[in-house]
Amino acid sequence: MKWLASAHAVGGQEPRVDDDKVNDDESEKIEMAKTHILRVVGIGAAAALVLGACSGGSTGTGESDDGSISGSITVLTNRTDIVDSVFEDYAERFREVHPDVEVAFEPVTDYEGDVSIRLNTRDYGDVLLIPNTITKDQLPTFFEPLGTVEELEKTYRFVQEQAFGGDGYGIAITGNAQGLVVNTAVWEAAGISEPPATPEDFLDALEAIEQETDAIPYYTNYADGWPLSQWQGNRGTIAGTETENLLAASEAPWTPGEEMHELDSLLYEIVSRGLAEPDPTTTNWEESKNLLGSGQVATMVLGSWAVTQMRDAAEAAGGSPEDIAYWPLPFQTDGTFRSVVGGDYKNAVSIHSENKPAARAWVEWFATESGYAESEGGLSPTVGSELPDTLAAFEPLGVELVEITPAPEGEEGLLSDIYNTAEIDLWGNVYRQRLIDIARGAADGDMDTYFDELNDRWGAARAGVTG
Amino acid sequence: MVTVTSPAPQQGAVAAAAPVPRRGAHRWVSRFTPWLFLVVPLAFLVVFTYVPVVNMFWYSFTSWDGIDPVKEPVGWRNYVEIFTRPEIFRVFLVSLYYLVGAALQLVLALYFATLLSFNTRFRNFFKGIIFFPYLINGVAIGLVFLYFFRPGGTLDATLAAFGVTEPPMWLGDPSLVNVSLAATSVWRYMGLNFVLFLGAIQSIPNELYEAADLDGASSWQKFRYIIAPGIKQIIGLSVILAISGALSVFEIPFIMTGGANGSMTFVIQTVNTAFTFSRVGLASAMAVVLLVIVLVITWVQRRIVPDERGDLS
Repeated sequence: MKWLASAHAVGGQEPRVDDDKVNDDESEKIEMAKTHILRVVGIGAAAALVLGACSGGSTGTGESDDGSISGSITVLTNRTDIVDSVFEDYAERFREVHPDVEVAFEPVTDYEGDVSIRLNTRDYGDVLLIPNTITKDQLPTFFEPLGTVEELEKTYRFVQEQAFGGDGYGIAITGNAQGLVVNTAVWEAAGISEPPATPEDFLDALEAIEQETDAIPYYTNYADGWPLSQWQGNRGTIAGTETENLLAASEAPWTPGEEMHELDSLLYEIVSRGLAEPDPTTTNWEESKNLLGSGQVATMVLGSWAVTQMRDAAEAAGGSPEDIAYWPLPFQTDGTFRSVVGGDYKNAVSIHSENKPAARAWVEWFATESGYAESEGGLSPTVGSELPDTLAAFEPLGVELVEITPAPEGEEGLLSDIYNTAEIDLWGNVYRQRLIDIARGAADGDMDTYFDELNDRWGAARAGVTG
Repeated sequence: MVTVTSPAPQQGAVAAAAPVPRRGAHRWVSRFTPWLFLVVPLAFLVVFTYVPVVNMFWYSFTSWDGIDPVKEPVGWRNYVEIFTRPEIFRVFLVSLYYLVGAALQLVLALYFATLLSFNTRFRNFFKGIIFFPYLINGVAIGLVFLYFFRPGGTLDATLAAFGVTEPPMWLGDPSLVNVSLAATSVWRYMGLNFVLFLGAIQSIPNELYEAADLDGASSWQKFRYIIAPGIKQIIGLSVILAISGALSVFEIPFIMTGGANGSMTFVIQTVNTAFTFSRVGLASAMAVVLLVIVLVITWVQRRIVPDERGDLS
């Protein structure tokens, strides 16, 4: 979606894989920047509006006597690009099942920014995607519980990601795996056809691409910023399902052997060895898709949502969509690759909705019947479904899919409190941009001094938050 | 409109028939007419400026994250944090680049305004050219200049035509990035200063120039003794705007670099604090501090250059 959401993946969101999805929309940079500026203005303005906001909202009758549901619901969506086409079809098909329900869509360009501000009012639609800025303990304030986690997990995956106090509040619209998007034609031109299994092999492979081909081995997308947060989506690849709890418990995550150190030092090495684009400050997300699609760039770290977009770009650039593949990151545990999977945005029902049964019916129908996940090349949010063809390379490699364990009760906000207090934006772009600046010699210091600084800030913030 | 179109005699007749109440109503209306016109703009001003600013002061004393319905008061803690963390203020060094740019911008604007207030060939054309950038949306400018500055972009291609084969990375080189951004800012805002100066210069009565011509004054003398004193106030205003603009520069660096690579400004940092780190309370305090700094600088500037009326006699 957007680079914006991305972009600015604003917010002290809970670290979740879906941040990326936010980004994958085709939203434009301009829009984003604009909305960002507006948002600044909006802080105050929104606050002002809150004062005068009264309870608007939909009208309707809810559940009628015979048990069929009726009423009209408003659905907020970030997919401004397909709201008038694909989503209208969804509404049509939904009406066949629930003829008495009227569905209206409200597309939101800067979804993260606008909706998190709108949550301060009572008027934020009947069905909406839970913004990433919401912490788990805030869920009951804004959303209707959809059932106990146990109950929901019989049908849906990724329920834990938006659960609080044993209740689930959101159902994923699709799911993503994490890893590398590669142009296999370029990799093969450099003589490599298998995903490297260690960081050293990976760096050697990038060197080979640098020498054997004209392509840029790795593209950081530094200027747009949000693609850098895709690295964070891969936490768990090394540390496993408990990664977030381990991170919250760590005093110094940038110590050799720790996952943050391994991931960030790989990025550092890529840049310091000159294997990334020469001027990172002028990159462009939309253009990067064409670069990868046409083989001018070999590799990027992105969520699996990017594969369909890259294949489209490859086709538009006259290349072959089959060249675009999705590989796991070059880390193995006991000889097995791992890839983190997680839900994208979750559909939820507003606690202020006047047609909760109808809203709920939409949430369930969207996950089970709409086919949205398949059309996006994502993992289905329902239990027991197969891998999408975008992840075809995972099967022969025997990649183990890792689902991150959520924080235990009472500590849901701990991790975000630590990184917000430390002002280390794990899910943003600021601290990794600085890492890249240091790696390319544009800022003072080296990897060790920077990691020491990060450790100090983290340790101090953690002591403050837990103390 | 209605009164204008109604027949004159009838109007007179009404006035004659009931002179006293009519006149009273008239007085009442005339007293409130200006306010009537002002209601809409004042409402906007209050709702979109003063109410948010008051709210901002209130937020700055809380630890609000921007979403939580509860805003926990924390007293002066946010302000203490701002003044005990040197890195928050270090970004003001970046403002120096924009301050130098602003000075250059004022000089250029004044130069062109003076030049084009005389009879120059194609003067309206040049006026348009200079003012045009100010009309373009700042986001569009940011994107255009991103392409302008990128390796192999417009600037490099132009330089290559003059034989410069190894241009620096305009945005990638940390020692150049702020210069490039400040230059973009000068390009964009010079038009505004130019128009302000031009308007002021043209309000100077023509007779003064004629008299000066008769006395055989040179162009420089005309500028020094007629134009400069005549537009002193507007120059003072422009200086204040330039200083506060340099301190609160946001749009262009935010769009072009997002504050990366050492181009972070105070406002970008405030935005990051509020929306990346969910610390709206602290960010509000930063905004208040910036407001106070700008007010203080304005006050000092007014003390140094008192607001006397332009005097041409």
